[in-house]
Amino acid sequence: MKQEMSDPVMAFDGNELWTIHYRVFRYKRSSGKPHYDKFNVEIAPHETVLDGLEKIWAFQDRSLTFRHACHHASCGSCGIRVNGVEKLPCIVPIREVTRDGGTVLCEPLRNFPLVSDLVVDLGQFYRRLEEAHFQIIRSSEPIERDEHESSNVHTRFENCIECGLCVSACPVSGTDGLYFGPAALAASWRMIQEPRGVDPLSVRSNADQEHGCWRCHVAFECSEVCPSNVDPAAAIMALRQDLLKRKLLRLFQRGDHDRA
Amino acid sequence: MAEKAVQSHHVVVIGAGSTGVAVAHDLALRGFAVTVVERGAIASGTTGRNHCLLHSGARYCMSDPVSAQECAQENDVLRSIMPHAMELNGGLFVALTEEHRAYKSRFQEACQTCGIDAPWLTPEQVLALEPHVHPDNLGAFHVPDGVFDPLRFCLSFLATARRNGADVFPFTRVDELIQRGSAVEGVKVSDLHTNRVRRIEADLVVNAAGPWAGEISAMAGLMLPMDPTPGVMVSMRGRYCQRVINRLGMPSDGDIVVPQRETSILGTTSWSVPRADTIPIPEEHVALLLERGRALIPALAESEPQGIFTVARPLIHEMVKDTRQVSRGFECFDHAAEGVQGLVTIVGGKTSTSRAMAETTADLVCSKLGIQAPCRTRETRLESYRAFYYT
Repeated sequence: MKQEMSDPVMAFDGNELWTIHYRVFRYKRSSGKPHYDKFNVEIAPHETVLDGLEKIWAFQDRSLTFRHACHHASCGSCGIRVNGVEKLPCIVPIREVTRDGGTVLCEPLRNFPLVSDLVVDLGQFYRRLEEAHFQIIRSSEPIERDEHESSNVHTRFENCIECGLCVSACPVSGTDGLYFGPAALAASWRMIQEPRGVDPLSVRSNADQEHGCWRCHVAFECSEVCPSNVDPAAAIMALRQDLLKRKLLRLFQRGDHDRA
Repeated sequence: MAEKAVQSHHVVVIGAGSTGVAVAHDLALRGFAVTVVERGAIASGTTGRNHCLLHSGARYCMSDPVSAQECAQENDVLRSIMPHAMELNGGLFVALTEEHRAYKSRFQEACQTCGIDAPWLTPEQVLALEPHVHPDNLGAFHVPDGVFDPLRFCLSFLATARRNGADVFPFTRVDELIQRGSAVEGVKVSDLHTNRVRRIEADLVVNAAGPWAGEISAMAGLMLPMDPTPGVMVSMRGRYCQRVINRLGMPSDGDIVVPQRETSILGTTSWSVPRADTIPIPEEHVALLLERGRALIPALAESEPQGIFTVARPLIHEMVKDTRQVSRGFECFDHAAEGVQGLVTIVGGKTSTSRAMAETTADLVCSKLGIQAPCRTRETRLESYRAFYYT
């Protein structure tokens, strides 16, 4: 039986307004210790956690810093922890995380240097993506297939929106600052699958290091929080298998050579 | 007396949306010392919540041929300077009814006039390219539309500006313009990472604050009648087309589906609001977009919205006649005409034409400061957006 879709417009709850208590992590360089500020926000249940942060900024505290741009889970810039879980607040409706009179806790991503309030420094993260030679555009397979599908080759952006949620959720990234992290390793696997002119051997040897794919503890937290269907954990497992297979092949080949 | 070298001229650019970042890049490339200040994150205003459409110009070919030609030219330039920030799969203008098809010859002539390559496809050809377009379509024009990532668009300009010596300060809010008499000589800003206030002196200030440009010019006692004109967009889960799917006809509400990554973005509507911050989204706009999106691509009925967003277009009052029939062109003001030296404002336009807007603005800056330095942004390939973060 076909599952009945709720009419998305019904997601608007009329003129209902909830009062939500935002608890927001605050930190300003050179002005005291990190702390939490509380803001009461009038917000409709269908509005997003990010809408609430914008309301706080617009009407209560213009010094609040948080990153955002696209408001539809495409730019990857608004990632924070909402009630302790890594999210893109631009696509999280208030009703999904609390109820009228409830609290929403907003904190910056973990495992990145803190800049101020909800803003973290992603410099190292982006450097690692570049080191994985991660390209931005891929040739894509059409996503919705049917018998009429054409065989044209199209270009589109890679699924990874480079938001950093996976790194924040990863327990290994929390203890090993040198670990490449799930996004960069998933990027390496993509480049091996579809090299686009990049030498896959250099991508493999970059990933095949102490702080590379072997450091992963298989916690799967990364795939749990990924908002863009990248599944970094599966990519890391595939990368390990690929590297192991090659190592074994090399061993056997050397063995053959020794016997000869 | 020897002329001052271009490097000794310092220009402050207010705003890091598509206009400000392109102005910063242009000026840095010409050799100016440039400082960009942005009160929020890069692209956190109008540009970020963009439809992501790289215009071929076809959308405006009948209603606003000047803008259309500008789009067509800029489309070529942007493709060559930042291919890494774009999905370049083209676009269709689809006739669903006889009423739409009646525009066929007019659209064709308008495209020709504007220099836009637009071959006509039969319904069968349309379905071969885009199987999810309505099966009863009556044919479509194929145009060189594209899709870009608005944040990466801005970061690419800024990474390149930085390589050429520009300083970029996001989360740095302009509180006052520094003035001697009526002349603007810099900005007083709050660094929101530290909550410290500081002064940045400048030979000239460029106001590129988009729909908030009126708030900046008001600091110099100038009246700039902004008319923030928002539009709603709905990002649907799933990619139902490879090309941008437009409805053939005059630009109107709910006539476009822009695919990006794994989503399909339905757009858009147009109305007027008193202020550009936190605009409530009218429910009926969302309903209209869903209905009209499904008319173009019926399979969208199986999908659901992932993000619903709106933001104000940075139009000024005199540009707006009816909110749809406005020119999407831009205006560059030298406020010396109103007695305020040292301040230039650039408003209007579209992300797709921001490089051209920047060229006009930088030409004005050069002429005001008595500098001769040619524009080189047409042929300068931009850095990867990632470089903005790690350099």
